Amino acid sequence: MEYFVQQLINGLTLGAVYGLIAIGYTMVYGIIGMINFAHGEIFMIGAFHALIIALGLGITTGTWIPVALVAALVGTMLLTPIYGWALERVAYRPLRGSPRLATLITAIGMSIYLPNQVQLLQGARIKTLPPVLQGGFEIMEGGGFVVTLSYLQILIMVLTVTLMVAFTLIIEKTALGRAQRACEQDRTMAALSGINVDRTIALTFVMGATLASVAGMIFLLRYGVIDFFIGFLVGIKAFTAAVLGGIGSLPGAMLGGFLIGLIEAFWSGYFTVEYKDVAAFSILVLVLIFRPTGLLGKPDIEKV
Amino acid sequence: MTPRPALDVPAILKEAGLTALVMLGLTVGLVGFRIPDGIGASALETRFGAVAMACGLAFAGRIALILLREKRPRRVLFASTAYAVVVALAQAAPVLFSPAATERWITLRPFDSAVVNGMTVVLAAAFALRAAWMEWRHRRFPGIKERDKAMDAMGARVQRATHFFGPALLLVAVILPFLPMVDRRLLDIAVLVVTYIMLGWGLNIVVGLAGLLDLGYVAFYAVGAYSFALLAINFDLGFWICLPLAGMLAATAGILLGFPVLRLRGDYLAIVTLGFGEIIRIILLNWYQFTGGPDGISGIPKPTFFGLEFKRSASDGGETFHQFFDLTYSPVDKIVFIYYVILGLALITNSFSLRIRKLPVGRAWEALREDEIACRSLGINATNTKLTAFAIGAMFGGIAGSFFATRQGFISPESFTFIESAVILAIVVLGGFGSQIGVVIAAILLIGLPEIFRELQDFRMLTFGGAMVLIMVWRPAGLLAHRTPSIRLSDRGGEP
Amino acid sequence: MTDACTHPQTPLLHVEHLTMRFGGLVAADDVSFKAQDRKITAIIGPNGAGKTTLFNCLTGFYAPTSGRLELNHPTRGECLLERMEGHRIARDAGVARTFQNIRLFARMTVLENLIVAQHNRLMRASGFSFLGLLGFKRYVDAETQAVELARYWLDRIGLTERADWEAGNLPYGDQRRLEVARAMCTEPVLLCLDEPAAGLNPRESADLNRLLTFIRDEHSIGLLLIEHDMSVVMGISDHIVVLDYGRKIADGTPRAVRNDPAVIRAYLGDENDEENDNAMPPKVTADPKGGDV
Repeated sequence: MEYFVQQLINGLTLGAVYGLIAIGYTMVYGIIGMINFAHGEIFMIGAFHALIIALGLGITTGTWIPVALVAALVGTMLLTPIYGWALERVAYRPLRGSPRLATLITAIGMSIYLPNQVQLLQGARIKTLPPVLQGGFEIMEGGGFVVTLSYLQILIMVLTVTLMVAFTLIIEKTALGRAQRACEQDRTMAALSGINVDRTIALTFVMGATLASVAGMIFLLRYGVIDFFIGFLVGIKAFTAAVLGGIGSLPGAMLGGFLIGLIEAFWSGYFTVEYKDVAAFSILVLVLIFRPTGLLGKPDIEKV
Repeated sequence: MTPRPALDVPAILKEAGLTALVMLGLTVGLVGFRIPDGIGASALETRFGAVAMACGLAFAGRIALILLREKRPRRVLFASTAYAVVVALAQAAPVLFSPAATERWITLRPFDSAVVNGMTVVLAAAFALRAAWMEWRHRRFPGIKERDKAMDAMGARVQRATHFFGPALLLVAVILPFLPMVDRRLLDIAVLVVTYIMLGWGLNIVVGLAGLLDLGYVAFYAVGAYSFALLAINFDLGFWICLPLAGMLAATAGILLGFPVLRLRGDYLAIVTLGFGEIIRIILLNWYQFTGGPDGISGIPKPTFFGLEFKRSASDGGETFHQFFDLTYSPVDKIVFIYYVILGLALITNSFSLRIRKLPVGRAWEALREDEIACRSLGINATNTKLTAFAIGAMFGGIAGSFFATRQGFISPESFTFIESAVILAIVVLGGFGSQIGVVIAAILLIGLPEIFRELQDFRMLTFGGAMVLIMVWRPAGLLAHRTPSIRLSDRGGEP
Repeated sequence: MTDACTHPQTPLLHVEHLTMRFGGLVAADDVSFKAQDRKITAIIGPNGAGKTTLFNCLTGFYAPTSGRLELNHPTRGECLLERMEGHRIARDAGVARTFQNIRLFARMTVLENLIVAQHNRLMRASGFSFLGLLGFKRYVDAETQAVELARYWLDRIGLTERADWEAGNLPYGDQRRLEVARAMCTEPVLLCLDEPAAGLNPRESADLNRLLTFIRDEHSIGLLLIEHDMSVVMGISDHIVVLDYGRKIADGTPRAVRNDPAVIRAYLGDENDEENDNAMPPKVTADPKGGDV
């Protein structure tokens, strides 16, 4: 039981990372109907930015940790979305209206380019952040096993939930959100109604990248180790989350993220750690084959 | 000529300034600082010079673009030519000038990395070319439609030229091992390049003809390699028996994997194939008893020439190649033989693809790529037809994989990562979907060049990714893509 | 080109109680009708009446919620279309179709489009590619035959000169006729045409009419036609089925349907419902495209 609770907590924190990234996949898919394959790399860049700022401020000293954390968070949320914007501008905008295959290939091209750029600039070896937020609450004990809810995990959950609520509000209530939903429905009609479609799409990428950068920061704090290659695997798992939740659906992405996080945590907790990635991939394959609309997605009737 | 409106300098500066600002945002973190490796982080290294340089170049480049847009090519032509020449000289200084002069020239290099400097030179040269075009032809650089038409015409020309050029290329390929400047290293590279040509041709059936984006192609390469290794080691079967068996096993894997997923839409299919590719790799990595896990399988037998081995002395009292033909032993013989094996396999792949395009199944692939719904309404079984493409592509991938296994003598899951799939895909994309000669050119460029110029090695994947993006933006159909009809009614035929 | 003659009492196509629901929306509601051999049966109705849904059920793109779609193939006997997969309907039941928004293989040539349509016969002749790969004569002959059939239809639609053009580069009207020819290359017994005259000018429209009547008279197959262009409908159909909101509201000869009060109401709306702008009365005079046959 205690072990179960611990895995539950771990799974939820992991799910927060996937959920935040999955929102980016789902928003972009909703608005331009393409899989932004390079989105996982934006997450990786977000983690690097956070680490650079954290190390730049030298956060190992005690009382300044909260300040440094906020600085790293704000910094990565400012810098990383520029990559999201540039990605759209360079690789996707020129191809609007081209065959899907072409856009998908540029996306793959970008997802090869970006990690290699980071590798060249930062080196291939792992980068570490000394543990900053230690300690936590011991919430349960039984059979010599202590269930801890660390401060970090609380921080992660609070951050994730706040962001998810904020972004849902943006999409539900603001003019930008309305413009996004209009572009989703019919881009030509949206343009005719005076919506700047290019800007709306660019802002969608920026929003997705902002969330991914936070996910990167969380990943960095949680694991303390990053390298240029983390974007690939985490990206695919987050994409799996988006598909599982129903691609195009925002609540679906969050739900999918938490589910994938939980599945991974329990799989490695109760089965084998080696095959935990196979679990995620298998879910992706199974969902796409048997329920391509995901849990919360709308059915997609074939137009003839 | 009509008088041109004056340039709106503040607006230009604003636009260029914004570009520089974006560049600053992109570079200030990742370029400006370098995180120290490993644990026990010490201070960050800083590289603000490079950031400033990048922003300056972005600023200048944007101004050049605006000037070209406003049809004022002359200044762009001068400035970009000057930049290209100066940086090229600075880079080549150690070869060209005295040590003292070199010292001064080196300060003119914008970045530390020679390759990055080279890239900026290429970019500047592209600007200069564009400007020159505008200056002398008195018109704008062709727009996307004209460009597509021009590129298609080029693709057609290349394809027509292949009729004469192809046999010549083949001849060079055949006599390559005996050319005077070809040494062992070059021959090794040639073997590698031809392997990728074969893989490219195999994947071209799936992606180019049938339009199915397969991101897990390396899975079949892996299945072929492991099947070969396990069959050859455990059952002691010879090279020429294992090869087709491995191909068949890979094709079976293709059918098994393809069956459930081929009804998915294009981009989902891509992701699922990627997932399958990774699943296979993880299984290879963890199924220790069967695959040797991360240690891989070693001691895979080398290919034999009708039972004759390529060794100094034969094992188990047999005869070796050089003994049988009464030659003096040379280790190069083996590589020459291996080269001919892969060349033969690649040629089989090529003639197979060329033939199958003219058969109903090949035409159905292309029709499916164009419009699956229309195909169904014509009574074409879309799933089976796609499955055939998938299986045939997998088979060639598997055969190439077996060849890889026997050549290396050792395989491990590390050789079969997603990157490998991406490289093969890049070759197909760069060459142009469905273009056989395009694959050859792309494989030589993407595999051969980085092997010959080792300095490019680090930048290889970066270039792959970048090239994929640029080519798709430049021409979504692929660089040399041009479709020749599989059948004609009239000999002259064609469009006006 | 089928010689076998069906008995007049067994219709070529018999649709019985077809219902198709999408969630809460009933796109086709208990529709029944018959279509005969050597006859052009037109299905008309205002936008959203369920015409294309009906076609999609017939050609296997949708599985109907309930109902029976019986096709009496002159040589192969009775086929239940609602139980067959999409591609088998074309291959085994001999039902071919065209699409509202033309679906040619745009980057393949005109000739290739017609050859692809003969896929199944060529596939068998090529021994599922194995014999063809080895260059067997049987396949070469079959291909020559396929080209002959294609040439026959090219002559019919006047595209022989442009056989080696990319289909996507043809003018719109030619694309429409090419799509009909492509469907005919599958050698069907029932040809379903989804708005074949949409977007055609009067001359092209008249060409199309001639092509369709030629197919009916010379190839003795049944034609099922969805059309808004009343000049086409009234000019060539032998039988008209009128749908409205997924239900059949009339069924009969063109003259009978034209005077049917229910049909007039569906197109013009009730007298007290003046806001119905989509109205398009089934009168030649009201044809917006000004077609005249």
